[in-house]
Amino acid sequence: MKPHRRKKLTIIGFIATGLAVAIGLSLYALSNTIDLFFTPSQIAAGEVNNGQRIRIGGMVKEGSVVKSQESLHVEFITTDYSHDLQVRYDGILPDLFREGQGVVAEGMVNNGVFEASRVLAKHDENYMSVEVKAALDSAERARSMPVMATEGGQ
Amino acid sequence: MLPELGHFSLILAFCLCAILGTIPLIGAGTGNRLWISLARPLTAGVFVFLSLCLLILGYSFVTDDFSVQFVAQHSNSLLPMQYKITAVWGGHEGSFLFWTWMLAGWMLAVSIFSKAMPDDFVARVLGIMGLIGAGYTMFMIATSNPFDRVLPISPIDGADLNSALQDFGFIIHPPSLYMGYVGFSVVFAFAIAALMSGRLDSAWARWSRPWANAAWAILTIGIALGSWWAYYELGWGGWWAWDPVENPPMINWLLGTALIHSLAVTEKRGVFKSWTVLLAIMAFAASLLGTFITRSGLLTSVHAFASDPTRGIYILGFLGFVVGGSLLLFAFRAPLMKSEFSFGAISREVFLLANNIILVVASAAILLGTLYPMVYQAVSGGELLSVGPPYFNIIFVPLMSVLVILLGMGSVSRWKKTSIDYLKKQLMWVAIAAIVLGLVIPLALTLEFRIGATIATALGLWVVFGIIHDVWVKIGNKASKLAGLKSLAISYWGMQIAHFGFAVILMGAGLTSIYSIEKSVLLSPNQTVELGNYEFLFEGTEHLSGPNYEAERATFQVLRDGAFVRELHPEKRVYTASLTPSTEMAIDAGFTRDLFITLGEERESGAWSMSLYIKPFVRWVWLGAILMALGAVVAVTDKRYRNLKVKALAANAAESKSKKEALRPVST
Repeated sequence: MKPHRRKKLTIIGFIATGLAVAIGLSLYALSNTIDLFFTPSQIAAGEVNNGQRIRIGGMVKEGSVVKSQESLHVEFITTDYSHDLQVRYDGILPDLFREGQGVVAEGMVNNGVFEASRVLAKHDENYMSVEVKAALDSAERARSMPVMATEGGQ
Repeated sequence: MLPELGHFSLILAFCLCAILGTIPLIGAGTGNRLWISLARPLTAGVFVFLSLCLLILGYSFVTDDFSVQFVAQHSNSLLPMQYKITAVWGGHEGSFLFWTWMLAGWMLAVSIFSKAMPDDFVARVLGIMGLIGAGYTMFMIATSNPFDRVLPISPIDGADLNSALQDFGFIIHPPSLYMGYVGFSVVFAFAIAALMSGRLDSAWARWSRPWANAAWAILTIGIALGSWWAYYELGWGGWWAWDPVENPPMINWLLGTALIHSLAVTEKRGVFKSWTVLLAIMAFAASLLGTFITRSGLLTSVHAFASDPTRGIYILGFLGFVVGGSLLLFAFRAPLMKSEFSFGAISREVFLLANNIILVVASAAILLGTLYPMVYQAVSGGELLSVGPPYFNIIFVPLMSVLVILLGMGSVSRWKKTSIDYLKKQLMWVAIAAIVLGLVIPLALTLEFRIGATIATALGLWVVFGIIHDVWVKIGNKASKLAGLKSLAISYWGMQIAHFGFAVILMGAGLTSIYSIEKSVLLSPNQTVELGNYEFLFEGTEHLSGPNYEAERATFQVLRDGAFVRELHPEKRVYTASLTPSTEMAIDAGFTRDLFITLGEERESGAWSMSLYIKPFVRWVWLGAILMALGAVVAVTDKRYRNLKVKALAANAAESKSKKEALRPVST
């Protein structure tokens, strides 16, 4: 083999190794770090295991926010207008968190209650987060197709 | 009337761009000197008309002309003057105009600072940038005209600028980020012009380098400003969140970093030509992709602009056209780009190649993480997921660590061939010192062993000691050390300053991630909370009226070991026009640590929820970025880039010279 060919091959080998390592790392990282998104209806249907890290989204139900006077503890209900989900959170709510507005939270389900580790709200009031919108849309679809909804509920 | 004039001058700018993108290019292809000579005047014309657009839009903001829809959506009569002016880039239409104007500014700069280059080459560069400009202005005219009116019933007052944007950071972050971003289109245009003319030589690389370095320096500052702004404005104490809209500039920055290194090899050694061209295309494509991601509204992000699918489709089409066209040209011209692989298995070329592979792999991984949620949603039929910071950290941190180790070896090794013994001799003690001090320093300061802190410190010191050692060796054989320092090339200093800055960022990012502490509490007035060595006494809040907001302002006494440090005043504001609440952090900034308080909300009992943070070394992240940008700027000032008087002759001479250079080892 000619020397410059060998060098070319070495370089291609370099790149291939680099890519392989990167793809491996990426896939490993992805498999461990993605947070799947669920709606209150999906959680009510039991699609999520206890202790699995997920994201939820929905609207904050009017009149549902209860704030402790002694600690940071907050409880509220998110809803996609088909099902409700109780959320517990110890921390500071974002500026744009309000009753009747969309909210996204990260955390895990524990016996039907969502223990949030982070609560997010959007910066722009007119903007509805993709996730909240998806939650409401899918609940809407479920309602307009009653048969499907019963299936989903069982 | 004026806004119509703005619209008209936007259309004129489009026409001039279209002419610039055809006539001089054809002229350069056919050797028509008259057509070639049109490039510079046309460029000036594009700049003038886009400046006029920008001035008119600014004037509409300053005079509260709410009949202009964009003004009505992003301003308010009560908005302070500095934000009225900068609200020009506070929304999609205006920021795109600003972006295009930046492109025109770079074009003008190229037309002025290109006297040493052959006219036909400059005409090609400007022509390609004109085509890009035509794409942008067309996009504005077709989908996002900032001069659209709300007639006949105009609003009495505007909706106000998003309260999160009413901040000093908003005045400086977007301009610098855009300027850096757009700057890579210069390097792209140089690469395409070189492909077209077949002049892919070291002269081309030498002409490109200052522009690449300048764009890279500005992009670095732009990203750092964004990080700094997010840190003190968004209120969660973070300086980098891997937000889907933070990622494209980062991808661009990584590709840009690869590009400036690859350009160095192409200039010095005449190899990696095709790779350099490919990187220039990729960096530019990444900037378009970033635009697409930001503008299409496909992603949930703090940056999300109002979404409009037609815009997304247009940008995607433009991206496809530009990338497809470039790659086609690249394929046709590939035979021109034969490089001789005349370097050994251990040489500076190989280290720089490794640098490039790591940087490109890192950007590909970030791109994957950024696009994955979109792709997943499309494939799974609407199911959503999010890829969080852990993914990016798992990939990015190890890759950067390897990069830093190679950086230390690459910057002392020689072109062509370096022996392992030589590297050992140069770096043995540097490595030992870095590892030992990396172990000792964090242990001595905190009395606990944290593996991450040791690694971060050791890697940082590895680079720093490597630089000191290298400078020492370089001046070691000179008569006087001072004269030795002066004899080192400007571009060498640029490189070392930038690498030092990288080490500073690395240590800052590592140490602040490891040692930061935070606490969220509910405090009543006159209660105290302890965090680390500090005590925070909450004295209470008072009401305050700003120009366009109402605020509750809290007072904290910060004590360290009982001694007074300073008073801090975080605020909670409500902006009167939009009724949006906003949190103003209070920060006590320091070289070794930041103290940081953010207010939550008041409970009925009069107590406030709040978060307190101590963030050691967080300033180093931005300090390092400033050093990196400074290094690049220093490198741009190297006289080598200006002493190219004789035009076409010099180009030929440089080519034959580069062949000669290939035969003897060259330092720096």
